[in-house]
Amino acid sequence: MKESTLNKIRSDFPALNQKINERPLIYFDNAATTLKPEAVTDSIVSYYNSINSNVHRGVHFLSQEATDAFENARISIQRFINAAHSREIIFTKGTTESINLVAYSFSKNFINEGDEIIISVMEHHANIVPWQMVCEEKGAKLKIIPMDETGNLIIKDFENLICKKTKIVSVSHISNVLGIINPVKKIIEISHKYNIPVMIDGAQGIVHKKIDVTELDCDFYCFSGHKVYGPMGVGVLYGKEKWLEKMPPYQTGGEMIKNVTFKKTTFNELPFKFEAGTPNVGGVIGLQAALNYLSATGLDIIYDYEEVLLKYATKKLSSIEGLKIYGTASNKSGVISFLLDGIHQYDAGTILDKLGIAVRTGSHCAQPLIDSLGIQGTIRASFAMYNTKDEIDKFAEAILTVQEMFG
Amino acid sequence: MSIEEIENQLVEEFGLFDDWMDKYNYIIEMGNSLPVIDEKYKTDKYLISGCQSKVWLLAEMKDGNVIFKADSDAIITKGIVNILIRVLSNQSPDNILNANLDFLDKIGLKEHLSPTRSNGLTSMIKQMKLYALVFKTKGN
Repeated sequence: MKESTLNKIRSDFPALNQKINERPLIYFDNAATTLKPEAVTDSIVSYYNSINSNVHRGVHFLSQEATDAFENARISIQRFINAAHSREIIFTKGTTESINLVAYSFSKNFINEGDEIIISVMEHHANIVPWQMVCEEKGAKLKIIPMDETGNLIIKDFENLICKKTKIVSVSHISNVLGIINPVKKIIEISHKYNIPVMIDGAQGIVHKKIDVTELDCDFYCFSGHKVYGPMGVGVLYGKEKWLEKMPPYQTGGEMIKNVTFKKTTFNELPFKFEAGTPNVGGVIGLQAALNYLSATGLDIIYDYEEVLLKYATKKLSSIEGLKIYGTASNKSGVISFLLDGIHQYDAGTILDKLGIAVRTGSHCAQPLIDSLGIQGTIRASFAMYNTKDEIDKFAEAILTVQEMFG
Repeated sequence: MSIEEIENQLVEEFGLFDDWMDKYNYIIEMGNSLPVIDEKYKTDKYLISGCQSKVWLLAEMKDGNVIFKADSDAIITKGIVNILIRVLSNQSPDNILNANLDFLDKIGLKEHLSPTRSNGLTSMIKQMKLYALVFKTKGN
């Protein structure tokens, strides 16, 4: 990435211009949530200051404007992930709600006692617990794809797990703890041989890779707006029409109905069948602005630069004595999880914070993965397009300070 | 010494540092100097769970005062545990129950006591007061 492009990007994110503990903020907690460009916040303010109105129901001018903006955003998101139809784009609160929606609704019609659901060992709790609840309710079983010592999922073991009882496979695109990019295309190919649908948790995937759901051929893909420079409280569930049509509504109320009498209610068509209540219109418009911002900056430029940052940081951190990186496979993106010999991650995180560096410490909502690594947690640095090599240099220096203080 | 006297002493000690790093080095030192508790007590029975760091807390009654012993797997947490023990251990149940621990704000460590910090310290204070209450009830 050209220096001028990087400077332009940095100037678009006002949150970068602040000092934390009297030092310029170094924000390496992007896997938790990214900062927002002004284009996103402007679009939200502009929506509320002008066309704010409830969608899909008013005959008045503003309601029509708001509905158009909302539905245009749906089309723009459909194009961004290359879905076949805009009715396959369902707006949710975020990845967690998207997974809950599929777990609840898919299982109603397709999962019975004795059936099996496959997830992987490196899932975020959001892609574990909803399936666990389904298993408890239906008497189904949860099967886990293991990983090798470098963090790669063991596909052979997955092939052995899959069987006639398997009803759905749900795996993350990129691990939020290790940054490993999972071979989702391969997993989808194998599953489809048995006509088993696959859901991809794209919470981390959406921001680091070009997503083409048609090319991937996944049955469901979901992500959150706030992890891709958009606002919090809005997310997307992509689902193939053939599945969404066969699934019952997840929540009920206004917007998602066709006719209501006290005897019987008929439901609206896709996508509205899954969007009960007034949607987060401002959030959806903000998300569209975020994706537009990415496209305008250039996806390839961003992804290439993020790879440069990851490689630079990996090299820099690997040279620090007493630092161990978790997830050493080569197909990684955006995240470095590590521990310092003899230093608790909480202690390290506290001192890094004092040095103005925001990282995440702990189990990153993926306790089973952390347990499988035989550790209590990690320190996670996660990068975004506005981070710099200079920040990584300062980070490496800060780690040395931490080691000195606890040594 | 009364709780208030010890608190004032701590405020004075921490007043010597004008640099955050010196302050944290002192906390680390306090963490390292906290008497270790026997490994056999580091069980779920004595564990106060925080998702970031763990704290183990033991309490006994001696001559009308509550004696606390504790440990943590993180040194900064352990340092603050040491501070809390200095203030609350070897005090009467009533004094422990009445302690408001405002001094933590004065020495700039309040941020570690936030329930959202999930390092086990907030729960530790609750548990210390709970022990005091139990001993007080038993004593009566």
